Amino acid sequence: MTTGREYEGMMAETVRITGDGGDEVGAYMARPLGPGPHPGVIVLHHMPGWDDSTKEITRKFAHYGYIGIDPNLHYREGPGAPDDVAAVTRAAGGVPDDRCVGDVEGAMRYLRSLPYHNGKIGIIGFCSGGRQAYLCAGRIPDLDAAVDCWGGRVIASADELTDRQPVAPIDLTLNIKAPVLGIFGNEDQSPPPADVDATEAELKKHGITHEFHRYDGAGHGFFAVDRPGYRPVQATEAWSEVWKWFDRYLRD
Amino acid sequence: MCTWIIEKAEMYGSGKGADGWFRMNQANVYYDHPYNAPLDHALIIDFVADPEKPGNRVAVEISAESARRLVESIEIALQTGVDAHAVDLTPGGTGHPAMPSSAH
Repeated sequence: MTTGREYEGMMAETVRITGDGGDEVGAYMARPLGPGPHPGVIVLHHMPGWDDSTKEITRKFAHYGYIGIDPNLHYREGPGAPDDVAAVTRAAGGVPDDRCVGDVEGAMRYLRSLPYHNGKIGIIGFCSGGRQAYLCAGRIPDLDAAVDCWGGRVIASADELTDRQPVAPIDLTLNIKAPVLGIFGNEDQSPPPADVDATEAELKKHGITHEFHRYDGAGHGFFAVDRPGYRPVQATEAWSEVWKWFDRYLRD
Repeated sequence: MCTWIIEKAEMYGSGKGADGWFRMNQANVYYDHPYNAPLDHALIIDFVADPEKPGNRVAVEISAESARRLVESIEIALQTGVDAHAVDLTPGGTGHPAMPSSAH
């Protein structure tokens, strides 16, 4: 509860982290000013790139008292404008899963090096980033919480697997240690509701702490305030679930 | 939907990008979230010279309905041109130049 008397401020800036293979990777970070300590949340952008909307969400995390960090998963395909670099990444077959995991681990090391970090790290991703959040939850055991927002292809058929995405993230479910929150629109077809149900069943089967929230009248990407699919009521409710989840698992 | 699955079409021609005209040789076509157009999903075409390098790219993001209209318009314009100029679209014909190696 705020009183309207507290000091509020944030710093948002680009930083360089050491990502997969020791590569330099750019990231956008936003953090509350003040001593902290603050929990960290890694924000994964969607396939169209390291874009304004993901940076805005990263700042939203700082507003709510988290260190948000948004690694540029297309950094190696640059330099270039985020949309141009995204086009190159897409044409090459998307971000390799191993590289994504390595970059997220780099972002975790960076967060842990900050004197105002409380030691807890969550991850959230949107669309392809939602799939990557689930992937990282299955491959990085020391994540403290994960949020998958409408990640498509968590379940993938054999013909959807590629050299860059060789494993369906659902097959990593048994390795997940972090509690998983899922946010989905019931009118979405990527993932379709049946895949959402199957993913939740897999989490239950392996005893993974989770909550899945499904919203009627919402489709894919219903948080996006600049697109026709924005659903303000459902988005507001879903954001409140995100804050509850991270507050529960990332704060001391 | 965020997809890395795209349709690729080899082409011969020129496009005008941020740095002026360039010889392009591929169009990448996909249906996904646009970067700029205020749509949930769009038909996106990237006309590129080198798919591995960002930069010279002619990009369009259009609604599905617009894309269908565009396809129809292309077909009509192409057929009108073929009829008016007696273009031979068979392989090796006047409307179908071989892809020169310099274009790749």
